[in-house]
Amino acid sequence: MQALYAQLLVGLINGSFYALLSLGLAVIFGMLNIINFAHGALYMMGAFVAYFLLNNDYLSIGYWPALIVAPIVVGIFGMILERTMLQWLTGLDHLYGLLLTFGIALIVQGVFQNYFGSSGMPYAIPDQLKGGMNLGFMFLPIYRGWVVIFSLVVCIATWFLIEKTRLGAYLRAATENPTLVRAFGVNVPRMITLTYGLGVGLAALAGVLSAPINQVRPLMGADLIIVVFAVVVIGGMGSIMGSIITGFALGVIEGLTKYFYPEASNTVVFVLMVLVLLVKPTGLTGKAA
Amino acid sequence: MPDTAIAEAPAKAATGGTILQVRNLEAWYGESHILHGINFDVNAGEVVTLLGRNGAGKTTTLKSIMGIIGKRTGSVKFNNHDIIRTTSDKIARMGIAFCPEERGIFSSLDVRENLLLPPIVRAGGLPLDQIFDLFPNLKERLNSQGTKLSGGEQQMLAIARILRTGASFLMLDEPTEGLAPVIIQQIGHTIARLKKEGFTILLVEQNFRFASTVADRYYVVEHGKIIDGFSNAELAANMDKLHTYLGV
Repeated sequence: MQALYAQLLVGLINGSFYALLSLGLAVIFGMLNIINFAHGALYMMGAFVAYFLLNNDYLSIGYWPALIVAPIVVGIFGMILERTMLQWLTGLDHLYGLLLTFGIALIVQGVFQNYFGSSGMPYAIPDQLKGGMNLGFMFLPIYRGWVVIFSLVVCIATWFLIEKTRLGAYLRAATENPTLVRAFGVNVPRMITLTYGLGVGLAALAGVLSAPINQVRPLMGADLIIVVFAVVVIGGMGSIMGSIITGFALGVIEGLTKYFYPEASNTVVFVLMVLVLLVKPTGLTGKAA
Repeated sequence: MPDTAIAEAPAKAATGGTILQVRNLEAWYGESHILHGINFDVNAGEVVTLLGRNGAGKTTTLKSIMGIIGKRTGSVKFNNHDIIRTTSDKIARMGIAFCPEERGIFSSLDVRENLLLPPIVRAGGLPLDQIFDLFPNLKERLNSQGTKLSGGEQQMLAIARILRTGASFLMLDEPTEGLAPVIIQQIGHTIARLKKEGFTILLVEQNFRFASTVADRYYVVEHGKIIDGFSNAELAANMDKLHTYLGV
């Protein structure tokens, strides 16, 4: 039983990262109509910024400020990418955005590999979150519990921002008809830039959260992003809540598979993706284009 | 130049000065050249209607004024500012509001969000209670999904949401299209009331009968040009010509 709970927890943790990443992808796809293949590289950058903020002699401000600073730094980097490159893709086929962002991902990963190699660098768990709790039925490492709860809070806050606030109404409306929203007096291009910043900021946040669990490596995002795209395909690109729920659910399903049939744990998400594509090609919560 | 002779609006005691002056407006959709030099004026406080057959360039004229047609040349002066190179968000903030033909109600927003979406661009917009007074149906359906409304209600919502922004120059593109006669009448009353409130309205209409109940002046658009213009008083005298223009 202990092992089952442990795998469930691992599943929830992976689910947290899936949810944060697929949420950002969904937001970006909605506004920019771009399948952001650079998402994994930006997640990795988030972890690296956190690493510098912990280990650099001049910048060492630690884990907690990194939770805010890393998403902002990577968000600004993302906004520069959007202003200088992605904005020119408006109106073009998805393929162009996919290729451009894929190229950006390769370049970013290449640069980091050049300076840091491919092996992982350890990132210490912050003192306040060290140790664990005995819950009676299982032992819960506090940091892992923190990651799950904090990710959930961030996901729900993002959902609230988009679905329940005035700013979110602009965002949803501009996703449907950017020309008309602009003709109402809203600076839509600026909103698109900020949305891309928000989406990659969420990826960077996931990177910071994962640093103490998965080590900091230039290819940490490249490995993860393939699964996240499967999650996005299963959930459907369009829906915010859909991508959050699918993210967590698939993490848990993966964890359960590790317990019941470990051989399939690496492929279960992709098998599900194939099944969903056969039955409902737009994804579980997606709408037909 | 005959074009400009048609274009110049007669100065009337009932209306203010020229608020919109369009000269030699040309516009393109991609490679297709749609407007070939549009000339007309709108005075403050007037309801001016652009008449013409399908594809004549009426909607494109409104969209070019609003700044949402990519390639446009000529001059569009609003309150003496040339806005031909201005982006649509800035044009909106100068006080022009646009209600598109397809209404543009957002399906992912409820009625309240749709209504409150356009930002306030200046003081002087209608307060919400006056808007609900004009369109009582909307108040009852505030929490419905925008596109769940009937066609008539969607049209009312599309007009209502631009009334609270403070824009005093409204462009309505075929507000009666596809609606039942009783709703058309209600929209006619609304336009008359908006005129009384001091709004200036540029209307595009296929429904000539409807236009004649609200408009002060008419311009006829054909092949991307204004080919004629007359006031409501001259309407009877121009009836035969108009039938030929519109093919009705």
